[in-house]
Amino acid sequence: MTPVQRTVTKTLIALLMMVGFTIALVPLYDVFCQITGLNGKSASQPRAVVSGEVDESRYVTVQFITRTGSGLPWRLEALNRQVRVHPGQAYEVRFAFVNHGKTASRGRAVPSVSPSEASLHLRKVTCFCFQEQRLEAGEKLELPMMFQLSSDLPEGIHTVTLAYTLYPVAEGPVANNKSTSMQGGDA
Amino acid sequence: MAPNLPPKAPLEHSQSVAGSPAAHEEEHHYRSGPLRWLLTTNHKEIGTLYLIFSLSMFLIGGVMALVVRLELFQPGLQMVQPEFFNQMTTMHGLIMVFGAVMPAFVGLANWMVPLQIGAPDMALPRLNNFSFWLLPIAFTLLLATLLMPGGGPNFGWTFYAPLSTTYAPPSTTFFIFALHMAGISSILGAINIIATILNLRAPGMRLMDMTLFVWTWLITAFLLIAVMPVLAGVITMMLLDINFGTSFFNAAGGGDPVLFQHLFWFFGHPEVYIMILPAFGIVSVIVPTFARKRLFGYASMVYATASIAILSFLVWAHHMFAVGLPLVAELFFMYTTMLIAVPTGVKVFNWITTLFRGSITFETPMLFALAFIVLFTIGGFSGLMLAIAPADFQYHDTYFVVAHFHYVLVPGAVFSIMAAVYYWLPKWTGHYPDERIGRWHFWLSVIGVNLLFFPMHFAGLAGMPRRIPDYALQFADFNMASSIGGFLFGFSQLLFVWVIVKCVRGGAKAPAKAWEGASDLEWTLPSPAPLHTFETPPDLRGFKFH
Repeated sequence: MTPVQRTVTKTLIALLMMVGFTIALVPLYDVFCQITGLNGKSASQPRAVVSGEVDESRYVTVQFITRTGSGLPWRLEALNRQVRVHPGQAYEVRFAFVNHGKTASRGRAVPSVSPSEASLHLRKVTCFCFQEQRLEAGEKLELPMMFQLSSDLPEGIHTVTLAYTLYPVAEGPVANNKSTSMQGGDA
Repeated sequence: MAPNLPPKAPLEHSQSVAGSPAAHEEEHHYRSGPLRWLLTTNHKEIGTLYLIFSLSMFLIGGVMALVVRLELFQPGLQMVQPEFFNQMTTMHGLIMVFGAVMPAFVGLANWMVPLQIGAPDMALPRLNNFSFWLLPIAFTLLLATLLMPGGGPNFGWTFYAPLSTTYAPPSTTFFIFALHMAGISSILGAINIIATILNLRAPGMRLMDMTLFVWTWLITAFLLIAVMPVLAGVITMMLLDINFGTSFFNAAGGGDPVLFQHLFWFFGHPEVYIMILPAFGIVSVIVPTFARKRLFGYASMVYATASIAILSFLVWAHHMFAVGLPLVAELFFMYTTMLIAVPTGVKVFNWITTLFRGSITFETPMLFALAFIVLFTIGGFSGLMLAIAPADFQYHDTYFVVAHFHYVLVPGAVFSIMAAVYYWLPKWTGHYPDERIGRWHFWLSVIGVNLLFFPMHFAGLAGMPRRIPDYALQFADFNMASSIGGFLFGFSQLLFVWVIVKCVRGGAKAPAKAWEGASDLEWTLPSPAPLHTFETPPDLRGFKFH
């Protein structure tokens, strides 16, 4: 091997390592966010309520915001826009889905938690966001969401905002909770 | 300067090349006509091709900027539709970054790196040809998207998802393909430059003997190897999201749009240093020549360049302060960003100290290099302001950011390229560029560029947002001044074209050592440099470097 060939080989190896690193960044980012909760995603699976002491000395305001993404003639409404809860106590709130379209369609509500530090302390027992919804034309559907803020919620957090964005789901074979995503992110 | 002159060996060598069989070689190896340019493997010809290509892209991207400035001359919508305005801002950025500045530096490297290290050519001449010819194809494709249904890219040069995926025009797939080709071209160019610098230095030239231009390009080439794959990865993910139903950046399918920004800026911040490090090298070569002194702090310049390159991987999220980072991350990226001011300050200090008590003359290349030092530093200071995370919440996405990065890119990178062209034109063509037109070009450019970009600071601090074709009435005066400056700067570039054409066709004959204070190896070769130089490596043992 000439010296030039040796340099080029080393450079190509470095290049391939960077390609591998780039591909690895996507799952690494997801794992990092799952552990730290930094991107404000809540768990995609139901989690059991932790029975423990309820911190009655503290109130946390939990707000619910809903948004309809483009391409879906639905309306999502939080029937309880804001609740005051004690950390450690389980609560149930209700959401209403309405399909204003002329045909049946499917959609999915994707949650986001703000501040993102709270997402690790939010435990959802039941949530409509764990699966897709299918609504006939004009159908109205009321669904519950049961959650608990664990009592180790950091002291500095007084308000937790949960935003749900509705996205259309293409008609096709019914996808389960894993959705059609080819990537490891959790919704 | 006499002691700095090389010993006999290189001179004798170059004269023998010059006097010898150039004509005889023409007969043997060279085709004539366009095929010669298509198939050339000569580093000087490929360098020329790169420079001509980047000049044409600079003019095309400049026309797009003028469309933007024309629309922003007055509040309200006069000239173009908002959709077209968005395509103009996007294409202007893409073409200037990937089509003008980067290829210009690669062209300068092609021409000058072999001459400055005493190599006969680039290490991989055929690959060199391939990396160049990818570019015209890539940019023809990119420009062609403007004519496609739905128009060209309209999501800003940073192509944030989901603007560039869910909401993108159908031509985005072509944009991705074009960017892939430009990226491959950059990677191959970088491999070639690394292989050349590490292996083809003339005997007796150690790494710490190389000129700063060669050093900065070596470090830049490593940056390219490190981050171009990230760009390729992120646009491939966009391609998959758009055409194959994946959800890397689509929240509906479990992806995360913020991931796009992290990946993009992990590429993007080193990328902005790719566009400035060779400029540092050029200025570090020109300033000592016209100050007639050795460069102050050679070793610290090398280490400063390397530190800037390493730090560039640790600051990417300062582009994303407003995205909702946790406090720890805001502080981390704020401090690492400010840290970059230290090695950059070392460089500016060294340039000024080189000038101190120098015997300075103000030829056109020196004028551009001095303007670079002053105006780039202004851009650096506004960068420090933007680095302050809490202040950035105010500045984010305003014209203050536009002013900042145009100050570092236009009177920064672009001025350094112009300085390099004026500096090396005698070596390339054998004629001095016309000093009178050169000065007119310089002064009109420097006035135009400041009139163009300085008011943008104020418009931005007052809250004018970027990338919007209309604005509130209170910004009218700033914008009118900017537009006048833009047209002044834009049209004075025609003088630049005139100088180059005139210099290629004739002018005062330049000797081998065209500038009195020049001491690098290329000035031991005759002007114009013959097609083949250093075919047998010059023996540089005993050569007094810088």
